[in-house]
Amino acid sequence: MRVVLRNPRREVEVAGGRRVRDVLKELDVIPETVLVIRGDTLITADQVVADEDTIELRPVMSGG
Amino acid sequence: MKCRKCGTGAVIELRRHNAAFCAPDFLEFFRNQVREAIRKHRMFTRDERVLVAVSGGKDSLGLWDVLIEEGYQTSGLYLDLGIYDYSVESKAKCEAFAAAREVPLIVTGVADEVGAPVPVIKEVTRRPPCSGCGLSKRYLMNRVALEHGFPVVATGHNLDDEAATLFGSVMHWQTEALPRQSPALASTHPKLVRRVKPLYRLSEREAAAYAFLRRIDYIVEECPFAKGATSIMYKEILSRMEDASPGAKHNFLFGFLDKARAAFERAEAVSLQECVRCGQVTTGTVCAFCKLSDQVKRAT
Repeated sequence: MRVVLRNPRREVEVAGGRRVRDVLKELDVIPETVLVIRGDTLITADQVVADEDTIELRPVMSGG
Repeated sequence: MKCRKCGTGAVIELRRHNAAFCAPDFLEFFRNQVREAIRKHRMFTRDERVLVAVSGGKDSLGLWDVLIEEGYQTSGLYLDLGIYDYSVESKAKCEAFAAAREVPLIVTGVADEVGAPVPVIKEVTRRPPCSGCGLSKRYLMNRVALEHGFPVVATGHNLDDEAATLFGSVMHWQTEALPRQSPALASTHPKLVRRVKPLYRLSEREAAAYAFLRRIDYIVEECPFAKGATSIMYKEILSRMEDASPGAKHNFLFGFLDKARAAFERAEAVSLQECVRCGQVTTGTVCAFCKLSDQVKRAT
């Protein structure tokens, strides 16, 4: 499956067929710091993402 | 995961509330938290005109969206910081937001007021860019509000912003900063407008989710100067604590507000006067904004 990351925008390929929380763990992303977007909606950490899915991990932190 | 209210599929989990919500119930939860903030701190009434400081980001545009939906009399204030493409894009987002909702937007250029945009201020002062930028924003928000007759300025500061600021102040024991940290700062001088933060009960992630679910077109890109900012470092530390112990950020901030802030307020009383140069409120003779402006003019 494809994961879109931001700031800067880039994409990585990881294994699908597992829960969002496992994908976040593999990428060392703290769940509290991102929205997980699939298509035009948000998904929760317990949802299973398929190999053919694309998800965006949109950071929520801003500084200054 | 199911929505706590209606039992349909959830789109967001809020671990600190031990809850998950579907989109409509999350939006209502979000609005309720804003309503509670406004009510509890008597931030403003429906008879008052509210100046909403907007940056083009999720927090301030989300806040403006809630206040418009709730029927408040609002205008936006966009401060153009002159930070390359980031400012061009964020200004366009604010203008599009205001045009679509037919609400007024005031645009003020920092360069016109200080003498140079934020990137030049950074070079001249040799201080972190967020320092001169924050100073200019606070000053101009107040002055523009006074000039246009607004009794109150609302900013999009959220729970994470407030917890990170508190963390920074405590790490350095900046006791003079602690009394000023509040969801609502009353007007303590005729030339100081009230400053309020109606999102202080909501996390940064909740604000992002609100903006996304409301289809608000906000700037996702980070300010180029925010990279390496200490506020981001504090937020990351706090988010790790939150991940290990949901509610940690909330308890840190709300514990301070409920139990500790008043003690620092008593200890750190300051006397306010008017700057001999611009007439705005300061604790010294010449205000920090005029000093910054002098420094910029000498160097450019």
